[in-house]
Amino acid sequence: MTQHLRTAARDAGGVWAGLFALGIGFGVLVTEHGLPWWLAPIISGVVFAGSAEFVLVGLVAVAAPVATVALTTFLVNSRHLFYGLSFPLHRVEGRAAKAYSVFALCDEAFAILTARGARELNAGRAVATQLGMHLSWVSGAAVGALAGSAFLHGLQGVDFVLTALFVVLALDAYRDCPDRLALGTALGAAVLAWAIAPGSMLLVALSGYTAVLVVRHWYAPRSVEHA
Amino acid sequence: MPEPGYVVGALAAAVAVTVALRALPFVARAAVKDSPLLADLGRWMPLGAVTVLAVYGLTRLDLHGADRGAGPLLGLVVTVVVHLWRRSLLLSIVAGTVVCVAVSSLA
Repeated sequence: MTQHLRTAARDAGGVWAGLFALGIGFGVLVTEHGLPWWLAPIISGVVFAGSAEFVLVGLVAVAAPVATVALTTFLVNSRHLFYGLSFPLHRVEGRAAKAYSVFALCDEAFAILTARGARELNAGRAVATQLGMHLSWVSGAAVGALAGSAFLHGLQGVDFVLTALFVVLALDAYRDCPDRLALGTALGAAVLAWAIAPGSMLLVALSGYTAVLVVRHWYAPRSVEHA
Repeated sequence: MPEPGYVVGALAAAVAVTVALRALPFVARAAVKDSPLLADLGRWMPLGAVTVLAVYGLTRLDLHGADRGAGPLLGLVVTVVVHLWRRSLLLSIVAGTVVCVAVSSLA
């Protein structure tokens, strides 16, 4: 395992550090919402899905219905449905390792482990890489929440970290896939949802956007798929 | 803090949905792979979802604080500019948040 951890650190050390730092932001956000500090590492440990956790905290803090939590998580995390198609799980041997690898298949794990190529991957390396991400994220959240409850409390502007994260992710997503129609309809759905249902904006916007995509699918020229 | 029972239920729902989404393609690979509708959703959803999240983040900015929104707006400009310049997720977020906190606290 030491060997695997060393390889994993070489592959993903930068990502581990990034997740630790972002985890601090998440932890601070948890205490800013008036939730107890220990909830931050617990949420990070069991959900382990960055964007969804930032959203989840806002929902839990206002005691949104569990059905709203489930549906919003589904829509925010729906991209994970496609990670499994190219993730080389057959290289991760052993039931426990496979189960953990699927459980901890966050964006960063998918990106790093799939990019390395199936031939180089094995169970030890996959589990070590993902465990490092998981521990970095959880410990960052704990540190951030403790700092948040100890001396950052009441500091103005700390929850800006959520806005910054999502704006940066959107810039990156548009650079990866400069699809103006997707950007425009998503912006339209979001602004409309905010105008008509500010309290459940995410749910309304993401459901509306999904409905638009289904319509777009039916009207999209078929030949594009083979282009 | 909300009721402990509620928090457990909400977390359990979030975990169940997330794990199901991650496990489903391995269990039903063919069904997911051969669906043209899901293929299109997979192509268009990531950008759309984060765009919606970005607007959600913008609507949560406090523009009526003592600084009249100067902190969040300057933080936003710094985040975007730093990101277009260096393209480092972490650097952009830290730079924007530090500017936002600094300006908001000075006001």
